[in-house]
Amino acid sequence: MQLTIKYFGLLAEVTATTEELLETETCSVFELVKTLKNQYPKLGDTNFKIAVDQQLIDLNYIIETNAEIALLPPFAGG
Amino acid sequence: MEKKKLKNVFIQGAISSDFIGTSIAKHQSKTSIGAHNIFLGQVRADTIDGKIVTAIDYTAYEEMANQKFHDIREATFDKFDLTCMHIYHSLGTVKAGEICLFVFVSSPKRKVVFKALEYVVEAIKADVPVFGKEIFEDQTHQWKENS
Repeated sequence: MQLTIKYFGLLAEVTATTEELLETETCSVFELVKTLKNQYPKLGDTNFKIAVDQQLIDLNYIIETNAEIALLPPFAGG
Repeated sequence: MEKKKLKNVFIQGAISSDFIGTSIAKHQSKTSIGAHNIFLGQVRADTIDGKIVTAIDYTAYEEMANQKFHDIREATFDKFDLTCMHIYHSLGTVKAGEICLFVFVSSPKRKVVFKALEYVVEAIKADVPVFGKEIFEDQTHQWKENS
């Protein structure tokens, strides 16, 4: 299935990417994070939350095809 | 799921004192209001490892952030007896000493606006995906984190 992955702030910096399409068999967030950390080893040193279709979710969440996944570093609003 | 068109909270660059002043003036026709309370977030020239922050470059996951601002607005209206509420946040570069967040709540009674404003500002800090790159004098940077 195809997923859109978005990277913000520090994470866009360490991956040198703001958005990409990912073709994957993976449907659990846990597996997806593992895949992304393999692809971008520097992600392993960072702290981030994950949003699927703009909702924060935990690692057990099952992703559906065409979902928009966002990796969000610590918030700094205000 | 059908989504309501959300208000855009973001403003490019710093929030000017003219903008804030005009926003206050617009409320003169709303005469049921007896109390306004305003929070202004200002970029601080922190010194970190001997280097001074000169500006913050703000980015956001805008669609999600506007949805979160909307949710915070709804929750605040549910919790407090407010007449109106306005939230504006900067994107892009805001220099030290300039305003990056403007929250404005109004109510018939003062006690309500003191509590409501704190609630809104704390929710923004905790829940909205806005990211801040602190730029130092020598153009190096670090990423800000809300405490």
